[in-house]
Amino acid sequence: MTIATQVMTINMGPQHPSTHGVLRLLLELDGETVVKATPDIGYLHRGIEKLAEHKTYHQFIPLTDRLDYLAPMSNNLGYALAVEKLLDIEAPKRSQYIRVIMCELTRISSHLLWLATHALDIGAMTVFFYCFRERETINDIFEMVAGARMNLSYIRIGGVARDLPDGFTEKTRDFINTFMDRLKDYETLLTKNKIWLMRTKGVGVISAEDAINYGLSGPCIRGSGVRWDVRKSEPYSSYDEMDFLVPVGENGDVYDRYLVRLEEMRQSNEIVRQAMDNLPEGEYIADIPDVALPKKEDLKQSMESLIHHFKIVTGGICPPVGEVYACVEAPKGELGYYIVSDGSKNPYRIKIRPPSFVNLEVLEKMIVGHLLADVVAVIGSLDIVLGEIDR
Amino acid sequence: MTEDITVGKKLKAKYPEAVINGKTFRGELTININKDYIQRVAEFLCEDKETAFDYLSDLCGVDLSRLDGSSNFEVVYHLYSMELNHRLRLKVKIPASNPRIDTVINVWKTADWHEREAYDMFGIIFNGHPNLQRILTPEGFNGHPLRKDYPLKGRQPDSLRGVYREGKQ
Repeated sequence: MTIATQVMTINMGPQHPSTHGVLRLLLELDGETVVKATPDIGYLHRGIEKLAEHKTYHQFIPLTDRLDYLAPMSNNLGYALAVEKLLDIEAPKRSQYIRVIMCELTRISSHLLWLATHALDIGAMTVFFYCFRERETINDIFEMVAGARMNLSYIRIGGVARDLPDGFTEKTRDFINTFMDRLKDYETLLTKNKIWLMRTKGVGVISAEDAINYGLSGPCIRGSGVRWDVRKSEPYSSYDEMDFLVPVGENGDVYDRYLVRLEEMRQSNEIVRQAMDNLPEGEYIADIPDVALPKKEDLKQSMESLIHHFKIVTGGICPPVGEVYACVEAPKGELGYYIVSDGSKNPYRIKIRPPSFVNLEVLEKMIVGHLLADVVAVIGSLDIVLGEIDR
Repeated sequence: MTEDITVGKKLKAKYPEAVINGKTFRGELTININKDYIQRVAEFLCEDKETAFDYLSDLCGVDLSRLDGSSNFEVVYHLYSMELNHRLRLKVKIPASNPRIDTVINVWKTADWHEREAYDMFGIIFNGHPNLQRILTPEGFNGHPLRKDYPLKGRQPDSLRGVYREGKQ
């Protein structure tokens, strides 16, 4: 006897906790097996690239926070580096080190949130609470430094907004000294957990060749065994002076991407330690009055600084005519900014290359043939943020 | 830098009529390509051992109308080579009145969504694209928002009033 079957189409999202935002998936299912998956994105489209064309170069920095809102520092840095390249200036050494410390703390914070939600999606609730505890400390550190907990806008063209505050060193050292042990605790909950292994091993596999051809970056491509990290291949902001390893996986499945991110947190922790040990003295923002803002302390003391600040914020800066592409290794992968300048105070065109956008593209290839329950595991392992996908 | 020079030379030797000109700005090499050759150039750059651009970082459109006064669009490709660790920017000019160019999905599969985005934002049509639909704006959206003649505030048809909360609803 044959039983007539038919493919069923169901709608997952846009309001669904394990799509990590407002992602909508159109799933075609044969029983519980996924036959086709079509992502539908754009629910969070705010036209940031269009807005950029109507703002000055300094005014665009707060908008970059709203891309990958879990890693605002990396977004700020990528943009600042692109404008600095266009202007042909370099940030002072001290600010480069501060940027490294902040970006690596951001990476830890972003990966912690990924681990928390990824584990929660698969059913491990305990990890969620632990990770949020750690993330809370990082948010406190950010609040000390930048005054905000999420949308930091701390990095400026030519440096950073202000110097590290008193008490920062102690607080951060406390964190990095305990974090390694904490991470070990999380690993005992998951890495050899039988349920975790069954849910993640051999799921969402992508080969190294496909990963390159599909343009994956960050932990997603490294999980497939491609040892490529922008911090190593095209070092920026003094990353060449840091000693760290780039972990890679072997099988390109959900489990390997999990291992890669865990190891990355350890490496980031070490980078923060090194950068703090070797933090050079000096200025935190470049002394280039026609493009960089004056130092924050001077604003309260000198009339000229106040005028200088006012002129730059209201009038903007006019970089030379030209085009640049600068990229950084954001927690999700290669984050690039392509800026076209026509010599006026507004950027002529800014194109953002968001890592999540490209990483999500491969979702269909990863989940076809797997079970419906694996869809959430694969989405979690891609670590997407809809803020930067939709822009 | 020496890498960059060989890339330009190699490309010129292979397809002399495809290369319009090249330029280096802030250490980045840009090569302008004739639009009819984009697929062949892409294939060559990806497969040749000395260029080995196996990774398409980014693909986007630019509206040139307010930059040089021409009524042209530009499609910009940012290439990267995993093996040789170098980058290249390819640029192709196409007329705004007939914005058509061949797809490069057959070379880099990642181009799929990038091309859909360029279509959505600029109305550039990629010949041979299997699923050229809007990606970021909703169905029924009118116009292409990143064109310079499109207003910042938007310009939406009545059918989408509810979506944009402009109507009574």
